[in-house]
Amino acid sequence: MSRLNEANVILAKEIIGRYPKARSATIPLLHLSQQQNGYVTNEAMAQIAQLVGATSAEVLGTATFYEMFKFEPVGKYLVNICGTLSCALMGSETLLHHAEEKLGVKAGGTTEDGLFTLERAECQAACTEAPCLQVNYRYRYKVTTAELDELLDDLAAGRLDGEVPPHGTVARVRQHIPADKGVGAVHPDAVVAPPAWITEGAK
Amino acid sequence: MSRYAWAPGYTDDGDRPRIVTSRFQYEDGYTLDRSLATGGYVGLRAALGRTPSEVHDEVRSATVLGRGGAGFPAGTKWGLTPQGVWPRYLVVNGDESEPGTYKDRLLMERDPHQLIEGCLIASYAAGLSQCFLYIRGEMALAQERVAAALNEAYAAGYVGKNILGTNFSIDIVLHWGAGAYVVGEETALIESLEGNRGMPRLKPPFFPAAIGLYGKPTIVNNVETLSNLPWLLTNGAAAYTAIGTETSPGTRIIAVSGHVKRPGVYEIINGSTTFRDVIYGEEFCQGIRDGHELKAFIPGGGSAPWFLPDQIDLPFEAKMVGPAGSMLGSGAIMVMDETTDIPAMALTLVRFYAHESCGKCVPCREGGTWLMRIMERVVAGRGTQRDLDQMLEIGQSITPGQYPHAASERLGLAAAPFPFRMTTICFVGPSAYNAVDSALTLFPDEFQAKLMKRTSIPVTAVGADS
Repeated sequence: MSRLNEANVILAKEIIGRYPKARSATIPLLHLSQQQNGYVTNEAMAQIAQLVGATSAEVLGTATFYEMFKFEPVGKYLVNICGTLSCALMGSETLLHHAEEKLGVKAGGTTEDGLFTLERAECQAACTEAPCLQVNYRYRYKVTTAELDELLDDLAAGRLDGEVPPHGTVARVRQHIPADKGVGAVHPDAVVAPPAWITEGAK
Repeated sequence: MSRYAWAPGYTDDGDRPRIVTSRFQYEDGYTLDRSLATGGYVGLRAALGRTPSEVHDEVRSATVLGRGGAGFPAGTKWGLTPQGVWPRYLVVNGDESEPGTYKDRLLMERDPHQLIEGCLIASYAAGLSQCFLYIRGEMALAQERVAAALNEAYAAGYVGKNILGTNFSIDIVLHWGAGAYVVGEETALIESLEGNRGMPRLKPPFFPAAIGLYGKPTIVNNVETLSNLPWLLTNGAAAYTAIGTETSPGTRIIAVSGHVKRPGVYEIINGSTTFRDVIYGEEFCQGIRDGHELKAFIPGGGSAPWFLPDQIDLPFEAKMVGPAGSMLGSGAIMVMDETTDIPAMALTLVRFYAHESCGKCVPCREGGTWLMRIMERVVAGRGTQRDLDQMLEIGQSITPGQYPHAASERLGLAAAPFPFRMTTICFVGPSAYNAVDSALTLFPDEFQAKLMKRTSIPVTAVGADS
């Protein structure tokens, strides 16, 4: 269950094939496994290590560096309330306290029904639309406490299912390079000459 | 409020040239159809009609300053690759996360084809044989838009093998990050792209152009920088340099946040526009919110030293802002009015940098966390004078020395050196201290007012001579 399923292994191999070195696919594959399971498991990391030619420890080392990877189940909805300067100037602290009271958990906690995990996030690049938040990395701008209540109610009632996928899924559109259109990745040491258009000019 | 519901924050009042935001007015500006109908890929065709070195010269003569923060000219950067070493790579820095910055995300969400075209032009000119487009992990919509645009562009023959029927062939690979501010630093970005922890590499070599991805020459360019190229190649360097000033040509996107009437994202004329224009101008932010006045502003993102109201007439020109003691950085202006609790707000920045320290350099890893703990204590009203002194001492281990600083010269205060003298590999550590330093040197009274009040215990003399 926690290893990549058959379809995702095929997708994983497609992703690996785009890079000159397989190790570069480590983060994309961690995302893929989190998309499948909601969080990253030890089994998945061991499998990813095999796929990209690293040790499990190396994959764990990479994975633990990044904020977005979770190593135990989190809520279906990860609510990240920004707390950096631009949002703080516009009252994000009040918003966070309001969310803590509404959900009955402190920042970092998950509600008992497993629906929400609340986090205090750092700058989310929506500074002019402060205070902002993200639910599973989907933005909400200039959020008031009333709008926050409504958002949490809508999420709990499943009214936003089409818009906000469960935690783990980031982008729902993936790049696919058609076999007949792609150039293909080449190992860096296998390239010794300049590209054709440099030596011959474009023609 | 933005006039366009699909581009939150973006406002285009006023009659100014639009180089990179021209398609923001269209709801479907991110599609290939709209792009082609409005001049998309014309710059690429113009480039392919010329030799790579001619294209390179065109970009070099336009002095396209890097828009990621350092302001290093793109054309010059491309020229730093060593001769005869292949392959060369292009890495696109779409890991926008500097506090206050909001522009690359809009460019990726609203006009991904412009970015793709820019990547192609850069790759053609500099002989780059594969491109990696690294988008910040938390930006789901930007990833979706760029993925869809790449799929369209591949299908239509704009990316991939034999582009537009020529021998120019290149893959653009979309790559997502997973949440780490420091990955915006170019060598950390490369580490992350190689599948490692995103820690900056030791320098020298100072530029990945020499030794970058997989140890090969690599150009790392910001999203906005590359988005300028299609217009530049379509209209020529002369048209580009006709906008803005000699040392800062063209336009740049800025995001103004905080206590202004109309916070937003604006494409401004580079070099000549001043902070006063932006904060008080009718076309822009229309002044501080009603009944309040300006207290301080940050001119270039969370890492930049703060400015006081009397520095508001400075223009968006690195040669002016630098000597005044700060930087333009990534075009993020954060405005604070007189209601701002300076120590509490400085704490949010210190917390940011302490949280985002990668842990490689001790002064940043330890110093950042110490600064955060001490600031928390001070803001909570449990600090002492010793705490304030301690913070300055920690600052000395992150960015040692005392240089003349515009604010400090005028106020007679000793501030941290700027540009920072670093004991760390990258800017994260000095940035953490900068927030403390700016706040503490510009508003010392506010810190004093928060210190713990101790009433002294009366001393009774021995022998009670009363």
